[in-house]
Amino acid sequence: MTGILKLAYKLLVNDKAKFTALLVGITFAVFLMIAMTSLFAGVLYRASATVVNLGASMWIMDPSVQTVANTIGMPDYVLDAVRSIHGVDYAVPVYTGSGLVKLADGSFQAANVVGLDDTSLFGRPNLIQGKIEDIYAENGFIVIKDTEFRKMNNPTVGTEFEVNEHRGVIVGIATVNSSGLFGIPTLYTTYNRALEYIPNPRFTISYVLVDPKTPADVANIKREVQGLGYLALTKDEFMSKISAFYMFQTGMGMNLLIMTIMSFIVGLSISGQTFYTFVLENIEKFGALKAMGAKSRELILMILFQASFTALTGYGLGIGLCAGTIALAKMRLPDYAAMIMYWNLGLALGMVVIIAAISSYFGVRRVLRIEPFDIFRG
Amino acid sequence: MAEAAIRATGIVKWFGEGEAKTTAVKDVSIEAYFGEMLYIVGPSGSGKTTLLSVLSGILRPDSGSVTVEGADIWKLSSDKLADFRLQKIGFVFQDFHLFPRLTTAENVAIPLILKRENWSDAIVEAKKYLEIVGLKGRADLPPVKLSGGEQQRVAIARAIVGKPDIMIMDEPTASLDGDTGQSIVRFVKQNVLNEKRCILIVTHDDRIAEFASRTLKMEDGKLIGVEKGGSM
Repeated sequence: MTGILKLAYKLLVNDKAKFTALLVGITFAVFLMIAMTSLFAGVLYRASATVVNLGASMWIMDPSVQTVANTIGMPDYVLDAVRSIHGVDYAVPVYTGSGLVKLADGSFQAANVVGLDDTSLFGRPNLIQGKIEDIYAENGFIVIKDTEFRKMNNPTVGTEFEVNEHRGVIVGIATVNSSGLFGIPTLYTTYNRALEYIPNPRFTISYVLVDPKTPADVANIKREVQGLGYLALTKDEFMSKISAFYMFQTGMGMNLLIMTIMSFIVGLSISGQTFYTFVLENIEKFGALKAMGAKSRELILMILFQASFTALTGYGLGIGLCAGTIALAKMRLPDYAAMIMYWNLGLALGMVVIIAAISSYFGVRRVLRIEPFDIFRG
Repeated sequence: MAEAAIRATGIVKWFGEGEAKTTAVKDVSIEAYFGEMLYIVGPSGSGKTTLLSVLSGILRPDSGSVTVEGADIWKLSSDKLADFRLQKIGFVFQDFHLFPRLTTAENVAIPLILKRENWSDAIVEAKKYLEIVGLKGRADLPPVKLSGGEQQRVAIARAIVGKPDIMIMDEPTASLDGDTGQSIVRFVKQNVLNEKRCILIVTHDDRIAEFASRTLKMEDGKLIGVEKGGSM
C-alpha cells in the first residue's frame, strides 16, 4: 500500500505549480482562520485580565455579574458567611472599579483601581520597583507597567497624582500576566484605601476571593454560597462566563464567525477548485491506472491521501505563518492581543479537514465515473 | 496448434439506447493463441478497439463470453477483474498515457507498484526492462524528454514489466513515423513475443503488416475474415 501512496505523493508534489497553488490556498485560509480566532481569543483573555492577574481559585459574586468589569457590590456579611463555610481555606475581599486620575501635567486619565485585602494583599502583582509594604504608606499606589503604562506619563516611584481629587503616590511599579481589554492603566492599592478614594454605593465588596481547602470542597462552597443568594465560580468558570458574554451578547462572536466563515470559503474556493482541476488534469492517468488493474478503492485512497497531505501541509504552514506573524506583531505592537489557543488550532484543523473532504469528494466522484474504455479508445 | 490464450464466443456490444443504439461488435467469435501476434484490422468505426476492450476485460459485452486460460473473465467480480487485468494483461495505449510528472523508471514500475511490490525493488526491476527496450540511461528522465519512439518503448516496458501472458496494443504506430513504427513492432515481435505470450494489436497501419502471425479483418462490427500473416 505504501507504494501506491508514494505514487500518489509523487504525482501530487511533482506537479509543482498545482501543488504550490493548493498549498498557498490552504495556507492562506488557515492563516486567516487562525489570525481571526486567535485575535478573538486574545481579546477574550484580556477581558478576563483581572481574573487572571488576581489568581484566586474561586470567585464569589452577585449572580447578575456578567463580566469582571461589571461589578455589583456585596454587603460585608457575605465575606464573613463565606469564611464560615466548611472547606474554605481562606476568603478575602477585593475591590475593582475605576477612578479618574489627574496627572502632574494637569491632564486626566481614567484608570482601573484594584483594592487588595489589607491584611493579606492577596493577588498582589509582581513588583519590579519599590517594596510591597509601601502600599500601606500614606496615599500609596502601585502602577502596572503594561502597554497602558505610558498613559500615566511613565511614572516612577515617588510620582504624585490625584485620584478623584485625593492625593496618590506611586510606591511601586509592577507587572501582571495579562493587560486589560479597555486600554486604561491599572493601579493597585489596599482595599480600604480604594473604598476611601472611589465613590461607592452602600455595598462595597466587588468579589470575595476564595481558596478551597481541597478541590473536593468546591461543590460544597458553591452550594453554600448559592444558599446565601450569591454565585461562586471557579477561575475557569468565571473566565468562560466572561468569554460567553463577549461572544454571545456583544456581537463580537457573530463578527468573528462571519470573518472565519469568509476565510473558510476563500480557502475552500481556492483549494477545492485547484484540487478538482488537478484531478481533472490527471483523469486520463487515473483511467489508465484503472485499465492496468488499479481498484477503485486504491484510486480513492490515492485521492484522499493527496487531499489530506496537501491539507495537513498547508495547515502546518498556515500555523507557522500565523504564529510568526503574531510574534512579529507583538514585538512591534505590544497592544496586539492575538494568542493562539488549542481551540483555534482545533477549529482551523476541522475546517481544513472539511476543505480536504469536499475537495476530494468531487475528485473521487469524477475518478469513479471514468471508464478505462474511455481512455482506451482515446 | 498452440494453446488458446483467449477464446471469445458470440461477442455482441452495443452503445446507446432506442434510436441512438449502435451495435459496435456483432456476434464475433475468435481465438488467440500463445506465441502469436494477432492483428485486428479494419476501417475506423469497424469495432476493433471495442472488441479489444471486451477481450482485455475493460468493457463488458452485452452478450457472449471471453475465456482466458479457462476462466470466463466477465463472470468475475469487479475487484477480481481488476486483478485479472493486473496479473494477465499488459496494455500499450494509443496515446501511451505515461505520467509526465514521474520519471521513466517510475512509469515503468507502476504495474509492479499496483501489485504491491516494494517501491525500490520495483524501480530496480523497471530499470532492467528499460534496458531490454533499449532505453538504458533514460531511467531518470521524465517521459516528455523522450522522443515519440522512445515513449512508445517506455509504454512497452511498462506493459511487460509485470510479465503478463497477454499484451494488448492499440494503434501502437499511430503517433510514430513509418520507420520508427516498424522498428517498434519489429522489436516487440523479436523481444517481447514468446511462446508463453500472446500479443493482440489493433491497427490500420499496413506498414507493419509483415509482422503479424494472423490478421482478423473487421468491418461494421463483424468479423469478415481471418488470414495467416499480415494483410490489410
